[in-house]
Amino acid sequence: MKVLVAVKRVVDYNVKVRVKADNSGVDLANVKMSMNPFCEIAVEEAVRLKEKGVASEIVVVTIGPATAQEQLRTALALGADRAILVESNDELNSLAVAKLLKAVVDKEQPQLVIMGKQAIDSDNNQTGQMLGALTGFGQGTFASKVEVAGDKVNVTREIDGGLQTVALNLPAIVTTDLRLNEPRYASLPNIMKAKKKPLETLTPDALGVSTASTVKTLKVEAPAARSAGIKVKSVAELVEKLKNEAKVI
Amino acid sequence: MTILVIAEHTNAALAAATLNTVAAAQKIGGDIHVLVAGANAGAAAEAAAKIAGVAKVLVADNAAYANQLPENVAPLVAELGKGYSHILAAATSNGKNILPRVAAVLDVDQISEIIAVESADTFKRPIYAGNAIATVQSSAAIKVITVRSTGFDAAAAEGGSATVEAVSGPADAGKSAFVGEELAKSDRPELTAAKIVVSGGRGMGNGDNFKHLYALADKLGAAVGASRAAVDAGFVPNDMQVGQTGKIVAPQLYIAVGISGAIQHLAGMKDSKVIVAINKDEEAPIFQVADYGLVADLFEAVPELEKLV
Repeated sequence: MKVLVAVKRVVDYNVKVRVKADNSGVDLANVKMSMNPFCEIAVEEAVRLKEKGVASEIVVVTIGPATAQEQLRTALALGADRAILVESNDELNSLAVAKLLKAVVDKEQPQLVIMGKQAIDSDNNQTGQMLGALTGFGQGTFASKVEVAGDKVNVTREIDGGLQTVALNLPAIVTTDLRLNEPRYASLPNIMKAKKKPLETLTPDALGVSTASTVKTLKVEAPAARSAGIKVKSVAELVEKLKNEAKVI
Repeated sequence: MTILVIAEHTNAALAAATLNTVAAAQKIGGDIHVLVAGANAGAAAEAAAKIAGVAKVLVADNAAYANQLPENVAPLVAELGKGYSHILAAATSNGKNILPRVAAVLDVDQISEIIAVESADTFKRPIYAGNAIATVQSSAAIKVITVRSTGFDAAAAEGGSATVEAVSGPADAGKSAFVGEELAKSDRPELTAAKIVVSGGRGMGNGDNFKHLYALADKLGAAVGASRAAVDAGFVPNDMQVGQTGKIVAPQLYIAVGISGAIQHLAGMKDSKVIVAINKDEEAPIFQVADYGLVADLFEAVPELEKLV
């Protein structure tokens, strides 16, 4: 079966971002960008399904600026077969992204769509679920285990109190949680080979999708800074401070 | 303006997060209706009717809604939600699972995990693992929003007397089925609602050593959490994880033991009132956010702390 994996180019998770002085956003100039960690897990899961003989083709898609090709090449080096870039320089909300992905799903007709549960920049946790509504597919969000069995996929999900397993009819959407797998690294020969794999570029217009949004960001601020703490010398002093100064125990 | 709050519940009982969501709805202003979608959810509906400030409780009782499968619940919420100005749910794993599906059906953007209400259409929410706070404004006819529980004080669970009305909605969509669940059992307070949280990280060394934290937590009436490192190492189950990708907590007192303080962990706890860090590495980033830091071996400090509190 064909698997579609959606990935996003985001600021690297190790970077401590800074808010711009004019409060228009965070400063992303000259900051290291990477594939969103949850998307890496999605790519890895698709590759493992292919290695097991369950998936026959892996198509990786991203929506973003031309530079997002780097993340597509990374996914190709990890084992995806071909890539689609929907090029847009606008900052898109999840609903617009879900609509663009819906158009790609219509075009590619995958049996399974795998994507991360959330992007670490916007922290929205919406796109997979929205794509579920738009396509009418079942959704297995926050997946920590995925098993394809015949025309169904069993997804074990991380929920607040523990784990839940659901069975979804294919085609379906799975969003990955951290413990689904440990993503591999791309080897140098595979990085070289990935340069020759096909990469198709589309635009929202060509897909006939409007990316207008009903939500706009008015300003972005740094969170309130915590006042500097103190170091205590002993456990006794710590207990004394907690009891008498902070009064929390 | 009428606001629909989606109740978080287990059919038999209402989850505490619903009270925080109602509190957020009160800040927006307007009549508040609560939807309890489930199967045999009479007890949860009764509890919802007692919440102060709730005008009406809608009960959709159908076997298809028993396990909150989004394929079944989202069409119901979207259908009912058409008459409302706002649809709110707690940013729990259920709320996050269902609400974006509702928003897409209604063809509106969703605003995730708000921590403050500025006005009926303007909200604050953290982005970049809590390293920036965005103020966002929605022009959508129906504003679909998830609420971060720690951002709002809980509404009073008693004192209300809402009318209860049965509603019906679409039947089983036939796209998904509940297979089973495995819930972690704990006698300690729930992590997200606890006044005191004691968390362990990689420095705990192994799962057995968490007994030191359990002993301290029991003395303090605290919940026990963990960093991702401790979960990935298999010390404790993953529903104990505090952080950007785990639970978000804001207790009165957070005690971080053997936790270095990575950005992703801080995202889950830096709104705690008082933070205590116990770590033997005095350069650990956790000390930058800790109100009280103790540079010490946790295996000596934690038992001593347990004796003294």
